[in-house]
Amino acid sequence: MTNPTQDISLRHQRREQGLMLALASPALLVILTLVVLPVGWLGWQSIYHDGFTLENYRRIWSEDIYWRSFLLTFEISLLVTLLALLLGYPIAYAATIVSKGWRVFILALVILPFWTSVLVRAYAWLALLQRTGVLNQFLEYIGVIDEPLALVHNSFGTVVATVHILLPFMVLPLYGTMQKIPNELMQAGASLGGSPSHIFWRVFLPLSLPGVLAGATLVFVLCLGFYITPELLGDGRTVMVSMLVSRNVELYDQWGAASAVGMVLLIAVFAIFLVVSRFIALDRVLGQK
Amino acid sequence: MKLPSARAFSSEVDTGSRKENASKQGARAPFRFNRNGKGSSRIALLLFCSLVLLYLILPVLVIVPMSFSSARFLTFPPPSLSLRWYQEYLGNAAWMQATRVTLTVALLTVLIATPLGIASAYAISQSKLRIMRMIHLTLMLPLVVPIIITAVGIFFVYARIGLIATLSGLVLANVMLALPYVVTSVIAGLQSFDATQEMVARSLGMGRLRSFFVVTLPQIKASVVTGSIFAFISAMDETVVGLFISGGQYQPLTKRMFTALRDEIDPTIAAISTLMTAASFLLVLIASTRQKKNA
Repeated sequence: MTNPTQDISLRHQRREQGLMLALASPALLVILTLVVLPVGWLGWQSIYHDGFTLENYRRIWSEDIYWRSFLLTFEISLLVTLLALLLGYPIAYAATIVSKGWRVFILALVILPFWTSVLVRAYAWLALLQRTGVLNQFLEYIGVIDEPLALVHNSFGTVVATVHILLPFMVLPLYGTMQKIPNELMQAGASLGGSPSHIFWRVFLPLSLPGVLAGATLVFVLCLGFYITPELLGDGRTVMVSMLVSRNVELYDQWGAASAVGMVLLIAVFAIFLVVSRFIALDRVLGQK
Repeated sequence: MKLPSARAFSSEVDTGSRKENASKQGARAPFRFNRNGKGSSRIALLLFCSLVLLYLILPVLVIVPMSFSSARFLTFPPPSLSLRWYQEYLGNAAWMQATRVTLTVALLTVLIATPLGIASAYAISQSKLRIMRMIHLTLMLPLVVPIIITAVGIFFVYARIGLIATLSGLVLANVMLALPYVVTSVIAGLQSFDATQEMVARSLGMGRLRSFFVVTLPQIKASVVTGSIFAFISAMDETVVGLFISGGQYQPLTKRMFTALRDEIDPTIAAISTLMTAASFLLVLIASTRQKKNA
């Protein structure tokens, strides 16, 4: 014989679970039909064309233009990540040591560009850096240069603008981690005779490493798939992976090739997240945006 | 550990030949450098940060004087002020149509993504079901999958079902992209909300739906507003997916801007950019003051 109260609570629990699933399902449905289904379809397309084929993947491996593009994308992403770390770490650190008013000011200057359209910022860099741009005209005006410098439509312009766009993704997780490092630890270090820089290198820096990892992962992964800045500020000849995908679709109508390139990029991104998730909680990385 | 720093310290009072030795020690023992250079290293840090912050904010600000310049081509210094590019923008039917599309899409996106986001955030934070963690991760996918892959995938699906160059297709894609912002924000709001309050209301006989609207929603209002503001900004700024799936009369502002930027630098874009940036700043400002009120 079953206990009637137990039975009721069980039924209640089931109803509760059903309600929760029903509440979550509309949003889930949107994501499934607009992310999972399309990406799955791309995956299918990359291996199926009148029968199974790995031709598209073989091509990525054997044709210069494909793997060079992957190599270039990884190089640029690595460079952008390093630069963002170099510029972002001091900013996040400064935000933790200044007074509250200055902290709000610093964080506002980091967050405001973050919520400005990527397109607008790409345009601003174009306007600043091009041959007849603000910077070249200024330098000519004050007589530093005679000939305008080629600052844009090359990898320099791409990197400068990409670092600018991704820097907040580095600073915010870094700041989030640094802010949680208890001040008492540093005080303890100082009371034991450690110098400020000694304490920084031996206590503060190691404790901030999870933030470094989170920020670096986010910047690197976002940079891997970046499209707008390389398209607008690049030279058009060096093709990053995202451009490879769009060109295969728009110009050459090569769906299989585009899908395969996209799949390799996606697998790379997931692999990075998987590796990183062994060290820090993933929602910590994603929660920043 | 103690030995080198002590030696470095003692060598400070020494003169001449030992000084060289001391500076070598100093490289190994940061103690000495910092005692003498604490103020200067702080100044160096703040100076460096000022430069980086300048790099962050300058490009956002530079478009403002550009938009008010009277010159056709960018010149430095700008010859004179004018509202010419704003007139060009406001008087151009194509730009106006694109603006209408962007505003409509952004508004509809907020209206759809906000309730969907609230419902799923509520379920994720209240339910103890194992599968909710998976659902949460799935809802974050739009942030993880590189946008170019999502764009091409949606383009392919839309082409099959005839949603290319339609308003509903554009809204749907933007709802998908905005959901993570709403979900993240509302879950954060629900975390600081005591769920037993809602249970109390229900035990006193209030219906489930009513207790949510009367008890829970008012208390997480700030996070809902923040989430929907970010959903609006996300839809307003969205570029890559729109490039692939929009067309005809339903092209958002960003698509027209992108096309114009590929051809030549038209200062009209500076005027539009200034307006878009001002709108974003205003919305972020509202969101942050709202959050403060809640805290």
